[in-house]
Amino acid sequence: MTHPSDTGPAPVLALKGISKSFGAVRALRDVSLELFPGEVHALAGENGAGKSTLIKTLAGVHRPDAGQVLLDGEPVVFHGPGDARDAGIAVIYQEPTLFPDLSIAENIFMGRRPRRALRRIDHKATHDATAALMRRLGVELDPDRPARGLSIADQQIVEIAKALSFDARVLIMDEPTAALTNSEVARLFGVVRALRDQGAAVLFISHRLEEIFEICRRVTTLRDGAWIASEPLDGMTEDDLVRRMVGRDLAELYPKQDVTPGEVALSVRRLTREGVFTDVSFDVRRGEIVGLAGLVGAGRTEVARAVFGVDRWDAGEVEVDGRKLTNGAPSTAMAAGLALVPEDRRAQGLVMDMSIERNIGLTGLGTTVKAGLMDRGAERSRSLDWAVKLRVKYARIADTVNTLSGGNQQKVVLAKWLATGPKVLIVDEPTRGIDVGTKAEVHRLLSQLAADGVAVLMISSDLPEILGMADRVLVMHEGRLTAEIPRTDATEETVMAAATGRVA
Amino acid sequence: MPDSLTRAVRWDTVVGALLVVVLLLSFTTVDGFGNALNLSFLIGNTLPIALIALPMTLLVVSGEIDLSVASTAGLSGAVMGALWNQGMAIETIIPLCLLLGVVCGLVNGLLVTRLGLPSLAVTIGTLAAYRGIAQIVLGSDAVTDFPSAYLDFAAGRIGDTFLPYAFLPFLVLLAIAVVALHATPFGRSLFAIGAGEEAARFAGIRVKRQKLILFTVTGLMSALTGVFWALHYASARYDNATGLELSVVAAVLLGGIDFDGGKGTLGGAVAGVFLLGALQNVMSLKDVSAQSQIVVTGVLLVLSVLGPRVARQIAVARAGRKAATAPDAKTPAPTS
Ligand SMILES: Nc1ncnc2c1ncn2[C@@H]1O[C@H](COP(=O)(O)OP(=O)(O)OP(=O)(O)O)[C@@H](O)[C@H]1O
Ligand SMILES: [Mg+2]
Repeated sequence: MTHPSDTGPAPVLALKGISKSFGAVRALRDVSLELFPGEVHALAGENGAGKSTLIKTLAGVHRPDAGQVLLDGEPVVFHGPGDARDAGIAVIYQEPTLFPDLSIAENIFMGRRPRRALRRIDHKATHDATAALMRRLGVELDPDRPARGLSIADQQIVEIAKALSFDARVLIMDEPTAALTNSEVARLFGVVRALRDQGAAVLFISHRLEEIFEICRRVTTLRDGAWIASEPLDGMTEDDLVRRMVGRDLAELYPKQDVTPGEVALSVRRLTREGVFTDVSFDVRRGEIVGLAGLVGAGRTEVARAVFGVDRWDAGEVEVDGRKLTNGAPSTAMAAGLALVPEDRRAQGLVMDMSIERNIGLTGLGTTVKAGLMDRGAERSRSLDWAVKLRVKYARIADTVNTLSGGNQQKVVLAKWLATGPKVLIVDEPTRGIDVGTKAEVHRLLSQLAADGVAVLMISSDLPEILGMADRVLVMHEGRLTAEIPRTDATEETVMAAATGRVA
Repeated sequence: MPDSLTRAVRWDTVVGALLVVVLLLSFTTVDGFGNALNLSFLIGNTLPIALIALPMTLLVVSGEIDLSVASTAGLSGAVMGALWNQGMAIETIIPLCLLLGVVCGLVNGLLVTRLGLPSLAVTIGTLAAYRGIAQIVLGSDAVTDFPSAYLDFAAGRIGDTFLPYAFLPFLVLLAIAVVALHATPFGRSLFAIGAGEEAARFAGIRVKRQKLILFTVTGLMSALTGVFWALHYASARYDNATGLELSVVAAVLLGGIDFDGGKGTLGGAVAGVFLLGALQNVMSLKDVSAQSQIVVTGVLLVLSVLGPRVARQIAVARAGRKAATAPDAKTPAPTS
């Protein structure tokens, strides 16, 4: 392990020889890590490498099987996340865990809201403090609205605001940017830099390598639960980092094939959902990958939901392969050949308490059937087939999906929908939380699907992904389609200009 | 949690074993328990619980509940008595009663699925309403003079065996329910709805339709039970089957059907039903008062909610996996 210098500052937080197993799965093996004040430290590794487990162990959510956590050089044992917080460690977990019925402000100041005389809760102070946090992050979220119904990105913002509100000495962030677009990420990084300059130590996880290089000074890499290296990022390239993570060189990240588009497969006409999006019209042809870009809150997810039928639309129409879809009926959309990989894998994509096999099987209830009964053999082979194709890392196909790492859960959602053999595939943040290796794999898969004649509509807050994969980019701004940019003209500048409403 | 781990201590197996133990103990220690006549009483008296437990199991698996079942049964019995008094043929009356059950179930189902009301609240309301209508229909009359062929079928047993005639149609219905829940896409969708309704909707499962079907079938089975009750006890009164919903829910939960939905087997539920039935029979033989029996049922209800959870925790602790459930699974579900 590297130590900046023998005379340098002492680590504020250190892990020594941490091991943690879940039954037969050895999630962490003898991992060590040092966090210094005033540094942003990256934690890198493939899906299932053990990053989240390391963080949960550090924060007292998991008890390590072996090893020590040292705070200011002293061994500490945290008995729960509360202990860690009291010690000045704020953690943003990979999956947002807000209370849906509480307001944003209440979620942020949960259990420690400003009080006035006679211990009455000071609503105004809570509200104002929340509003100030939102301004710092540059987002417009009403502190008084309930958390229910927030998009994943907004939930992530609230979690970030909550962590910031602690004024912690150590800030730990497990994929905070996975659902955010450039502008929110830029704001977040501004805040993180300010904290760092005030002497806070930050541990940062992201599968977007460019973010790691932008904000971090050192990186610790894990592979299959084992510590690989802790080293400065200076002088490293993205390829070096990938090699550390996966142990080999990586294929091209955006393997886009050139395809001549066929007939229109998805046609959306003047679709409107009042107060959410207005007059949205576009076509997606067979063989095309169309990117749908926009800032968080622009209405991209909402359009996808309405097209698929989980929300109703108020006006307009949707056709798949010339067949008009029924308003608000996902089953007819599926029958017409439409598939939607939703943004929120834990609530919408998966039944967390069900096995991998049955989750993938859910979209096959109409097909893996013999004489009206479930054909278990067919269900299992269909599920296994797709779990293997997407390289889901699991112990047994009958394990529940909540034992999988975040990225592997995402792969199960993709498997579940690709298994339907769709004609039109809408993917909402398809690679959220997926590691670079698998990301390349998913992109190759999407590209191949398009080449085979599937029409793909891709929503992504990862702009390079949109630019790398899309034949055409549609841009939404405040509920309206504001631009359509062909691949040749699509650049970060043109897309961002349309997304922020700077062009008509 | 991995399958093998749950399988090792599956609650329905525990209940099945418990049923065997209770039966063996009763055979050896309770006078008058083991003879064929008493056993046929035991089964006959348990059949109303068993009949309604079939659709109730499916409902609870999908995350809903119906507390109006006993009132629907009472209403169906009352209408049967009233129409019989009017001189209508029993062959016409019974289908009408079943149709009435369908309507009662539909009302519950529509209130839950169209208005989005919680089924607990809706069916407590209809529990009172259906019983009230039953009283309006029949007043305090007791109708007893149904055709003897029907009475004999509902109360009699096959020769000198311990099997009531009515047990045979129950077996057929049980087989249908087992197949529906455990072997069809419909059953699979119920587990998905109970464990993650939103994800089920995003997978194209027609959540509302499935629930409407379940409530309707529950109404139908409740009405059938009401008809059986009136014939079995040769008495149609407005207050027939009062409190039966408590026994049904207790038995189903005792059988390991998770109150939160998404977990359980019909085998477990049926074991729970007959465990409860056996206990009630033994208590009657021992001259335990009806009130005390209700207390016992209530205690069982509480234990049956606790039991599977404790079993699960023991399993987890024994496997030395204190973290077998993901930590974030304990925190509130993410919003959407
Ligand atoms: N509660 C659990 N029960 C069983 N296995 C678990 C549990 N939590 C994590 N694991 C396993 O431990 C390993 C490490 O998971 P972890 O969530 O730490 O990965 P990660 O590096 O955060 O991945 P990702 O980038 O996908 O978020 C995985 O193989 C995962 O399946
Ligand atoms: Mg993780």
